[in-house]
Amino acid sequence: MPTLTIDGEEIEVEAGLTVLQACELAGKEIPRFCYHERLSVAGNCRMCLVEMERAPKPIASCAMPVGEGMVIKTDSELVKRAREGVMEFLLINHPLDCPICDQGGECDLQDQAMGYGMDKSRFVENKRAVKDKYLGPLVSTIMTRCIHCTRCIRFAQEVAGVPELGATGRGEHMEVGTYVEKALSSEMSGNIVDLCPVGALTSKPYAFTARSWELKKTESIDVLDAVGCNIRIDTRGSEVMRILPRNNDDVNEEWISDKTRHACDGLKRQRLDQPYLRKNGKLVAADWPEVLTAVAGRMNAADGKIGAIAGDLADCEAMTAMMDLMAATGSSNIDCRQDGGAFGDTRASYIFNSTIAGIEDADAVLLIGTNPRWEAPVLNARIRKRYLRGGVAAGLIGPELDLTYDLAHLGDGPSALDDLLASKGDFANVLKQASKPMIIIGSGALARDDGAGLLAKARQLAEKIGAVSDDWNGFNVLQRAASRVGGLDLGFVPKNKSSLDTAGIIAAAGRGKLDVVYLLGADEIDTRAMGDAFVIYQGHHGDVGAHRADAILPGAAYTEKNATYVNTEGRVQRAALAAFPVGEAREDWAIIRALSDTMGKKLPYDSLLDVRRRMADINPLFASPDETSIAPWGNVGDAGTTNDTAFEYPIHNFYMTDVISRASEIMAECTAVALGDNYSATGTNG
Amino acid sequence: MTMVGQEDYQPDSFEFAPATMEMAQSEIAKYPDVRKASAVMPLLDLAQRQNDGWLPRAAMDYVARLLEMPPIKVYEVATFYTMYNLKPVGRHHVQVCTNLPCWLRGSDHIVNACKKKLGIGFGETTTNGDFTLTEVECLGACVNAPMFQINDDYYEDLDATSAISILTQLELGETPKPGSQIDRKSCEPIGGLTALFENNVKKTNA
Repeated sequence: MPTLTIDGEEIEVEAGLTVLQACELAGKEIPRFCYHERLSVAGNCRMCLVEMERAPKPIASCAMPVGEGMVIKTDSELVKRAREGVMEFLLINHPLDCPICDQGGECDLQDQAMGYGMDKSRFVENKRAVKDKYLGPLVSTIMTRCIHCTRCIRFAQEVAGVPELGATGRGEHMEVGTYVEKALSSEMSGNIVDLCPVGALTSKPYAFTARSWELKKTESIDVLDAVGCNIRIDTRGSEVMRILPRNNDDVNEEWISDKTRHACDGLKRQRLDQPYLRKNGKLVAADWPEVLTAVAGRMNAADGKIGAIAGDLADCEAMTAMMDLMAATGSSNIDCRQDGGAFGDTRASYIFNSTIAGIEDADAVLLIGTNPRWEAPVLNARIRKRYLRGGVAAGLIGPELDLTYDLAHLGDGPSALDDLLASKGDFANVLKQASKPMIIIGSGALARDDGAGLLAKARQLAEKIGAVSDDWNGFNVLQRAASRVGGLDLGFVPKNKSSLDTAGIIAAAGRGKLDVVYLLGADEIDTRAMGDAFVIYQGHHGDVGAHRADAILPGAAYTEKNATYVNTEGRVQRAALAAFPVGEAREDWAIIRALSDTMGKKLPYDSLLDVRRRMADINPLFASPDETSIAPWGNVGDAGTTNDTAFEYPIHNFYMTDVISRASEIMAECTAVALGDNYSATGTNG
Repeated sequence: MTMVGQEDYQPDSFEFAPATMEMAQSEIAKYPDVRKASAVMPLLDLAQRQNDGWLPRAAMDYVARLLEMPPIKVYEVATFYTMYNLKPVGRHHVQVCTNLPCWLRGSDHIVNACKKKLGIGFGETTTNGDFTLTEVECLGACVNAPMFQINDDYYEDLDATSAISILTQLELGETPKPGSQIDRKSCEPIGGLTALFENNVKKTNA
């Protein structure tokens, strides 16, 4: 480990680090524009200049590897003057339009100009003007402000895996863009807005709506897929203005998908802001006491002939309350699996056992019936990150896909899995020889009729190739609903053989066997098949579930409640209230608690803490948030048969998968651009 | 979006002729298979030669496919080097150097002569498609300044008269003599050697 002296202090750092990283470890802040921890080193902005003893001139610290005995100065007069020179050059062409720039207040250039800028310009020449580029419905460009750091180019090429951005022209005529007019074909394009150190790339939907300093920032969790990306929700008053990623190396690093970032305008539309009751066939606005009395009456009268289905966005607190209420009514017809996915008894059969960060240790990846690029874009980026490091083989069973890394296509249907089990084909060998192989089976595959059989075969394969050992579990289920793992951890499933699951509840309701169906935000089911049953919909958006409902209890969206979610790897995470629920809407567990009171079956908790204590009683995992734990290997799926129909990926439109994104105008625009005419027209034409 | 210097008219497709393809393959063969993107510059040059001196987007995409590289990487190369023309040029592409040594030696006169003779300004093409006039940066022939390049040939030691004469010859379909337009051998001093006689003799004798 080389030892170097930074500003007179000796520090020992790992070999292979750069001088900039060593300076950071020594607690010295180095200004930078082009350097970014998660991207390759470009070394072109020159802002990170430091003085190195025995070097004839200042060095770019981001591109200089540490060496034994280096003597670095970061605060000398020379360094200051050198950086001032760089800053002066950067500002030659950068417009002085901070007052009308969306980056103002959170701009690296603005901040660093305070430290290294001059109070006036020595240039009288005209500044260059650059034509703005079209990069799709999410990223707005003001290219005159670009300082050519190339972060966006490197992000697109390296992390997103869509090498579509580049720097064309040379010298003063260099321009960053796609050269041909085209939206970025990435589900993660919004991240280039965060990466841009100036106001050249800004968020199109957020344009000119707020200044960073007038926003309240709340650290929370995303629920639009099962990754549980860590996010920061910026609100002004009761309005969610934007959603930004929050760093969490174990989950999303510092990326989020475009849906996570931009579906938030859906929170303002189609909201259920007051209770409704169906009277004479029409939904009529009602007040809470009235609707609670009506619902309580129906539920008590049903005499246990009740079913409850939890949707994809349901939080664990609400599911806990729902479960306890259902138990109090004497019904065990509960299910948190809208799609009817098959899972075994043990936790290892429904979580992503390797953990997301664990992907970086894998040396072979087999995807079964899943399109991670759409089901979990950030997780797919992690697989790509592993792929870029080399020494990993990836295979896919399912219709061919472009996942931004090389894939061996093994077949469209389950027979390819049989071949692997029979050690047929090259990839069977690859898996066998891998020391840390991963099998990722999609939640869509498990929702098939032969899901149980597929789960069993995947388990057999995992055991056969040695994917499960004491220190490594390579058997993974990729969930795509934020509520799923939490629901399964709580046991929000039919309790015994005679209890009904999702399909059973719907069918029984259709046949008149169930009097009441309680939909806890369940919209992705066949709502028309429930016959004459009294349907209660508790949720926050007027989607298909609310459309069918006889009573609507307005709940809170994920930005409006303190709630617990468990991500696909089994990590318990807490979302936080960033804005209060709209209108008459209330936190979901509180609604159920109020209903239980009206029913005369009062649930034994009065506060959020009480509910969380109850959750921890049900499953001790809920007592330790933000951690993953190793799920013991056990009966992961019984033997079963499979049929050889080709896999079909569950998501047909990445941008619209839940009530929030379906209500979002921006997601609708993205859909039109990505899947509309533009999509086929661009293709290989660049 | 059209960038500065990009042509609005774009043909739909482009493909190497068999003879060009053969040359392209010999260029690609110079590099290991995983590094075949290294052949991008000679291939773009071949494409430009085949396509009457300019590179349409279809040609860049074709080269990208051939070398299995993202199209944007080819665009980057093609736009970086001024020798790749992204707009159609005339049959004779007159590139006049106006950098310091040429300018000191009277490149302004050459420019004016060309403009007058051809009736066009910089960046323009004559209506009959014969000539395009371009102002370029140093072409590395400062020793025989001023100079211009027409297609693959350098014409050096120019003055207004010789410049016009070259253009006239090209107009008539003749082939003007490339290189120095005065009585100068290679880049020796005007009027013959002034030093290093000995070495020269030795060399000649040897």
